[in-house]
Amino acid sequence: MTTMPSKKVRGRGERGPLASVALHTTLLIASLIAVLPPLWLLVTSFKPQSEAFSTALVKDFTFGNYDHVLNDTKFLDWVVNSLFVVGLTTVIGVFISATTGYAVSRFKFPGMRPLMWLLLITQMFPVAVLIVPLYNLLASMELLNQPMGLVLTYLTIAVPFSAWMMKGYFDTIPVEIDEAGRVDGLNPFGTFWRLIMPLAKPGLAVTAFYSFITGWAEVAYASAFMTGEENLTLAGGLQTFVNQYTSDWGSLTAAAVIVAVPAAVIFGFVQRHLVSGLTAGATKS
Amino acid sequence: MAVESGPRAVKAADTTGVRGRGPRPGKNPGRLRRALSTHWYAWAMVAPVVVVIGVIVGYPLARGVFLSTTNANEANVERTIGVNHIPATYESVGLDNYKAILDDGVFWDRLTWTVIWTVSCVALSFAIGLVLANMLNRRLKGRSFYRMALILPWAVPAFVSVFTWRLLFNEKNGVLNKVLEGGGIDAVPWLNDPTWAKFSVIAVNVWLGVPFMLVAMLGGLQSIPGELYEAAEMDGASAWQRFRHVTLPGLRSVATTVILISAIWTFNMFPVIFLLTRGGPGDATEILVTYAYRLSFVVSPRDFAGSAAWGVLILLLLSLFAVVYRRALRKQGEVW
Repeated sequence: MTTMPSKKVRGRGERGPLASVALHTTLLIASLIAVLPPLWLLVTSFKPQSEAFSTALVKDFTFGNYDHVLNDTKFLDWVVNSLFVVGLTTVIGVFISATTGYAVSRFKFPGMRPLMWLLLITQMFPVAVLIVPLYNLLASMELLNQPMGLVLTYLTIAVPFSAWMMKGYFDTIPVEIDEAGRVDGLNPFGTFWRLIMPLAKPGLAVTAFYSFITGWAEVAYASAFMTGEENLTLAGGLQTFVNQYTSDWGSLTAAAVIVAVPAAVIFGFVQRHLVSGLTAGATKS
Repeated sequence: MAVESGPRAVKAADTTGVRGRGPRPGKNPGRLRRALSTHWYAWAMVAPVVVVIGVIVGYPLARGVFLSTTNANEANVERTIGVNHIPATYESVGLDNYKAILDDGVFWDRLTWTVIWTVSCVALSFAIGLVLANMLNRRLKGRSFYRMALILPWAVPAFVSVFTWRLLFNEKNGVLNKVLEGGGIDAVPWLNDPTWAKFSVIAVNVWLGVPFMLVAMLGGLQSIPGELYEAAEMDGASAWQRFRHVTLPGLRSVATTVILISAIWTFNMFPVIFLLTRGGPGDATEILVTYAYRLSFVVSPRDFAGSAAWGVLILLLLSLFAVVYRRALRKQGEVW
């Protein structure tokens, strides 16, 4: 490269050795910053309770924390609660946001503009406005402390954004496919279900992932609506390990690792589609 | 498929025929019926979302607005103690709650901090995400490894990460301070000093936010047609010029969307602050949302009316966002 004629500019695919080193160093440092906290969590979870803060990597390796968390606490209850709430939220959320996204993307119908506004504004609804009235509403419906109550609540968080995302994704699927379906005699639902849904799998995956993460990581509603140790979801339950009265970091880290693994695994499945799904609106050329 | 399509096609043709030949609707009922027959499937498809949002957002919202004009608190709302049912005794106070909030310095302090928090979090995570995405968007050894590593903070549930950071930030025993000690630097009160606590919550939120930016920017970069770069190269554009005049404009639409979304998320970011510092020390890191939560669930007696009034004010602020957001979407060619 150095002996090239003076005016020649370096192309896209090429870079000097110095640039390569700088590139890899920066990326390596960034990766370390990204990976170290979760890694430290993992390491700490294998240390005995008394050693939780030691900087030594692994001195007395132990599964004691896991044993304690799984057998002596309500952790498994929380997992079941969370899985139920999040699973139901994801299934319902993906389905109704897909139909809504499709309708908004394909049809012009009266009420569409208000609906778009509604979705847009609901997306940015602060927890604070809703939490007290919602608390009262759930109380009067006797859904307080019930998983179904949380599912309903989470739908309102997950669906607006998911519907936008699905709309963006459906916009990238050529309308000609719908027309072909129509010509072949499918009604709008048939077109949606049999032609468009299969094509929208990447978008659906991302939406499902988004709903899952939203529910799995939600703190405010879960802390306010669920009481009694056996009713908590994970986000609420983990808070009981470390609060102003106790600080059981050993159990916390072990539980946190168990919580993080399924989320990360699902993330692994979805991340292939993540790019295409999230930026669907912009990837259309 | 082929077998099925025959009869169905006939049926479809039939229905359109009926609609075409249908009685000319002169007045409203007819128009309604025709609208129904044309749009019923669209309406059916959006119905579940409308119902859910209407019940779970609409009603509580209306009630929240109502509560904000009363003096409701824990002591005077309707409640049941044992077998005794005590009816609500709070009364309307008009706009007094709002006046009190706006006259009080607390709201403005919290608002200032919330704005600083939102702007710095979004700006930092966007800048870092953009740089990293540009680095990753080329032929590179270990590209998929870097990608996985950099996305990891997103894969781990936020509240887990926040607990992890609390472990790292622990003043007496945390790893960060141990490392600093090794370098001869005094322990930093990461979460116990107002200024450091602000710094820490922003750092954690940026750490959480970068992967989203990175992924979105990567997608944006990959959607820029290669021909543009080829053309730029033909014209002798340098790497910087290509970045400035091809990459940045190409990213514009994705960037606007992502920045707005992330600004809204950050503005409302409850878990990071609630779990990391509980708004403390004092109320140094309390943003608007967490403060409103504190009013209705933490302080005693719980101030439901005040909290609702805060909520309404927050909502008004966010509506401004919505208008800006919509304008941005429109510029991208979204028409609705």
